[in-house]
Amino acid sequence: MLGLLTDPTFVGFLSASMRLAIPIMLAALGGLLAERSGVLNIGLEGMMLVGAFVGFVAAYATGHLMVGVASAVLAGIAAGLILGVYTITLGANQVVVGIALNLLAIGITSFFYRLIFGAGTERPRIDAFVPLDLGSLADIPFIGPLLFRQDALAYVALGLVLVTWFVMAKTRFGLDVRAVGEHPEAAETLGVNVHGIRYFAIGLSGALAALGGAFLSLSATGVFIDGMTAGRGYIALAILILGRRHAVGVLLASLLFGAADALQLRAQILPTGVPFQFLLMLPYVLTIIVLAGFVGRGGAPAALGVPFRRGRSNKE
Amino acid sequence: MSTPPFLDMRGITVTFGSFVANDGVDLAVDAGEIHALLGENGAGKSTLMRVLAGLLVPAAGEIRIAGEIEPLGSAHEAMRLGIGMVHQHFMLVPTLTVAENVCLGLSSTGRFIPDLKTAAAKIRDLATTYGLDIDPNARIADLSIAGQQRVEILKALYRGARILVLDEPTAVLTPQEAEGLFRILRALAAEGTAIIFISHKLNEVMALTGKVTVLRQGKVVATARTAETDARGLARMMVGAEIALPKIEDAPTSTAAPEATAPILSVTDLTCLDARGLVRVDRVSLAVAAGEIVGVAGVDGNGQQELAEAIVGLRKVGSGRVVLAGVEVTAAPIARRIALGLAHIPEDRHRTALVEPMSIRDNVVLERIGDAPFSRGGWIRRDAVAGLAEKVMAAFDVRASGPGQSVGTLSGGNQQKVVLGRALSRDPSLVVAVQPARGLDVGATAFVHCQLLARRAAGAGVLLVSTELDEILALSDRVVVMFKGAVVGEMTRAAISVERLGLMMAGRAA
Amino acid sequence: MTVTDHPGAMRLRLPPGLVGSLAAVAAAFLVGALLIAAVGVSPLTAYGALFEAALGSRNGIAETLVRTVPLALCGLGIALAFRAGVFNVGAEGQLFLGGTAAGAIGVLGAGWPAYVLLPAMALSAALAGGLWSGLAAWLKLRFRADELITTIMLNYVAIHLVSFLLHGPLKDPNGALAQTARLTGDGRLPVLLAGTRLHAGILIVLVAAILAHLFLWRRTNGFRLRVVGLNPRAAENAGIDVRRTILFGFLICGALAGLAGFSEVAGVQRRMIENLSPGFGYTAIIVALLGATNPFGVVASAFLFAALQIGASTMESAAGVPSTLTTVIQGLVVLFLIGRAALPLLRDWVADRFRRRG
Repeated sequence: MLGLLTDPTFVGFLSASMRLAIPIMLAALGGLLAERSGVLNIGLEGMMLVGAFVGFVAAYATGHLMVGVASAVLAGIAAGLILGVYTITLGANQVVVGIALNLLAIGITSFFYRLIFGAGTERPRIDAFVPLDLGSLADIPFIGPLLFRQDALAYVALGLVLVTWFVMAKTRFGLDVRAVGEHPEAAETLGVNVHGIRYFAIGLSGALAALGGAFLSLSATGVFIDGMTAGRGYIALAILILGRRHAVGVLLASLLFGAADALQLRAQILPTGVPFQFLLMLPYVLTIIVLAGFVGRGGAPAALGVPFRRGRSNKE
Repeated sequence: MSTPPFLDMRGITVTFGSFVANDGVDLAVDAGEIHALLGENGAGKSTLMRVLAGLLVPAAGEIRIAGEIEPLGSAHEAMRLGIGMVHQHFMLVPTLTVAENVCLGLSSTGRFIPDLKTAAAKIRDLATTYGLDIDPNARIADLSIAGQQRVEILKALYRGARILVLDEPTAVLTPQEAEGLFRILRALAAEGTAIIFISHKLNEVMALTGKVTVLRQGKVVATARTAETDARGLARMMVGAEIALPKIEDAPTSTAAPEATAPILSVTDLTCLDARGLVRVDRVSLAVAAGEIVGVAGVDGNGQQELAEAIVGLRKVGSGRVVLAGVEVTAAPIARRIALGLAHIPEDRHRTALVEPMSIRDNVVLERIGDAPFSRGGWIRRDAVAGLAEKVMAAFDVRASGPGQSVGTLSGGNQQKVVLGRALSRDPSLVVAVQPARGLDVGATAFVHCQLLARRAAGAGVLLVSTELDEILALSDRVVVMFKGAVVGEMTRAAISVERLGLMMAGRAA
Repeated sequence: MTVTDHPGAMRLRLPPGLVGSLAAVAAAFLVGALLIAAVGVSPLTAYGALFEAALGSRNGIAETLVRTVPLALCGLGIALAFRAGVFNVGAEGQLFLGGTAAGAIGVLGAGWPAYVLLPAMALSAALAGGLWSGLAAWLKLRFRADELITTIMLNYVAIHLVSFLLHGPLKDPNGALAQTARLTGDGRLPVLLAGTRLHAGILIVLVAAILAHLFLWRRTNGFRLRVVGLNPRAAENAGIDVRRTILFGFLICGALAGLAGFSEVAGVQRRMIENLSPGFGYTAIIVALLGATNPFGVVASAFLFAALQIGASTMESAAGVPSTLTTVIQGLVVLFLIGRAALPLLRDWVADRFRRRG
């Protein structure tokens, strides 16, 4: 047993599970904020992609990774607010807007990438985040590779799980978000600014999703590739359901997906006899299973997906 | 000169587009007074109160509190001035606790991190002072309806309400629970709170309030001391002209002798569970004969709605049997039930009856599109459909620009006429009508009631589910009472007494 | 989840609205022009090159029509599904499976006469697409899994599955690439215009559009489908079999997307290849929305987007504007289309401003 825990393959698997979980987890935390406030953020995928792109370009241009991270977050907020205008102010169909934003994100990132870097064969790279050296902590069995062989951005991400939990459970903003997602009319009669809270939540949602995207380009790969999010924003929506829209649940559900992803990457190298295409399907099939098995148990916020019209509720 | 009234609303005018919801309304209420605001659906009561609560900004008018003109542009402002509302549909977040609901939007409990412990202690104090039985740490969803209403009152008191508005507060209560509420309100008034009591139930207004203001079509038609008025006079002012609602005694009876025929509908030991596995309908048995109206009475939420849904096929039956016109339909698709003569007038016409973006024409033919003459071989016959629409619009007096007008743009009364026209123009043998007059004015209500009596005369069975006792009493040959999903009592028309009904609705055998 | 509640409802409330659709397209092109200008190119030059390439010649028009076929077929399927309240984002995967089935049958039946082989290929493609879509329907109806996410996930699964098949069992034994063997002449859709690639797939589009139109507005089942999409509860209350209608919405969408795959295989590629579609199934969502889910509107907007895509590569080579501009314009079209809801709000806001001042 102990032998397994220190086996290099297993250690690598654990550390990779966490690394692969983080982008999905960040997007899912973003989805959590939006959904608890009553807005369905189908645009997570596009916001991740925008984050990956803007983060990469900014880091490439300035040579500073943190500038990349900050730019990605700002771009994410902007994308979130655009979604907000449509879903909150205009009361548009949240699914249609989300899908449109995702398609637009694919186009815009690809357009500007070619504009900036040309269509050459040499793919520009940046020096990505490197794992921090935490000394002997990294050698603790199981926990060490899982938690202490990551880079700075990963620790920020893990810290955001705690922050999200604290904000949702303990603060006034969290209370407002929960109230607005469950019963916006009630919140409004008590002087809570329903639209304001939702805008704030969707802006933060975009920031978190974009950070998740930036992790892909600035930490995981050091490059930007068209459509590199590969459906992770949609997977995050399933993670939300599995994690019951709670921060810690999201962390655990993301780790499950990270593990599945790490497993298929390793299994591709091993002589398992399973065609690699079937391994590649694994995260997507897992998402479908989660959706089929857990929908309806998590208790979505009552006002999820329902636009709120100020001053028109409870009409005579 | 006496002191100015504590609350003085003057010349309040609110318009929505071209519709004037409040037209120069004046309302004055003294501290310690319980003031009734009386009016029909759509008379402008709720609009006026939304202005007072800061949720609507009036186009004209001013509000004085304790003699000072106050701008009421926001809920915060209203709250600061001590205005508290108890809405008809409770403004409570069901997933949060009592304390969290109370702290919502109240920065005095902590600007960034609400101090729920201190709030809970203060809630306990207030609850003791006013005799409100409330646990601050309970989740709203776990409380009874009367308990939730107490939380609403407490929420207002916590915010220091000196003016308390209650919008139709007894609609969800049994007569006995309503008495309990009245005791609380009288105690609050004795402490100096000004109370505005919105209702259209005249007996409650007479019993509880000191003054009364009557609204009609957005205008004040009278303000008087309650003691100096009488129920008949108030009713006349509320409605304008005297519209007599039809009563079963005056209606012709069916030619079919009820005893001679098998019942149109018979329900045996019917049980239904909801999504969470809770029993909503509990071993209900009842029968409806041809030419008979059976009323189902009960306080809202005691399983009547679910019973009706199970009978019409919208809800899955757990166990038991439903037999329609001699055919068992317990698990039959709705189309089969419609073919056997079932017509359904559902409670929520927007959600369940109408396809609002579609035309009157399409809505009227909804259930019959597959039948001759409206289609042949799967091809729609448009002239036949148009003919039906014209017939229904004429017979049921639907006011619209034409059969092509979309149903969503019709008034509530005309929408309900479309629903009735579709259901009743088929000559159904069983009509299941749930709250058929909800949200309608007196004229439209009278029309709906006449139509139901006409179906009875034509030999149909009618199952009438309503929480309005007046409606049940006016129309039913027999009444069954539901409480917590079960039928707790049944009485024939001759044996009905309001007091016994009230006790049964509260779950007490009588 | 509320996702599925009323996607159809919203769309129908759009006025039959040619004006609105055209305005949205114009606005999107305007923003596109700004982007082109930002590149330092005259928008007129770039757009000129684009439309010249797409519509300025016999061959250009033929190419545009060729591209219209998959967009229109997928768009029609998505539009019908929308009308039933089904948000099927899975046309891409359904197209891939349809193409694979067509390719497999085409290879298997080499030597059969065209009048047997082509219908067999088309039928198997429709069946494969329909089954794949039916899987999402089953997940929705049996487990209440939202189709928006399952269909997207199934797209990824389908593409990997097809990749496996093309690398393995279906691989052309005489070639190195992951693709089927070349179809024989009898397995190809006939060319309609000599000297171009315009194939008979465009006729399938026209027939499908006419049938879809008749179905929606003249057939009882089409009426029922629209009712289900607008208000499923009222539909159920009126005795309509809502679950069967939803299933139908999935199946017809899958079948039409499968046919799109067939037409690409039999009309354009002449074999099943790994990169059969550059995202036809996704663009078709926008096609369906822009066409206001009306069959003829869908065909018209498919033609527009086809022209955009065909002209884009010429625009890139001639004017140096990245061809992915078309994807930007496509996304913007939807946002502007929905954004029209802002106009009345804006008007009220301005009116309110004036009233407060005056």
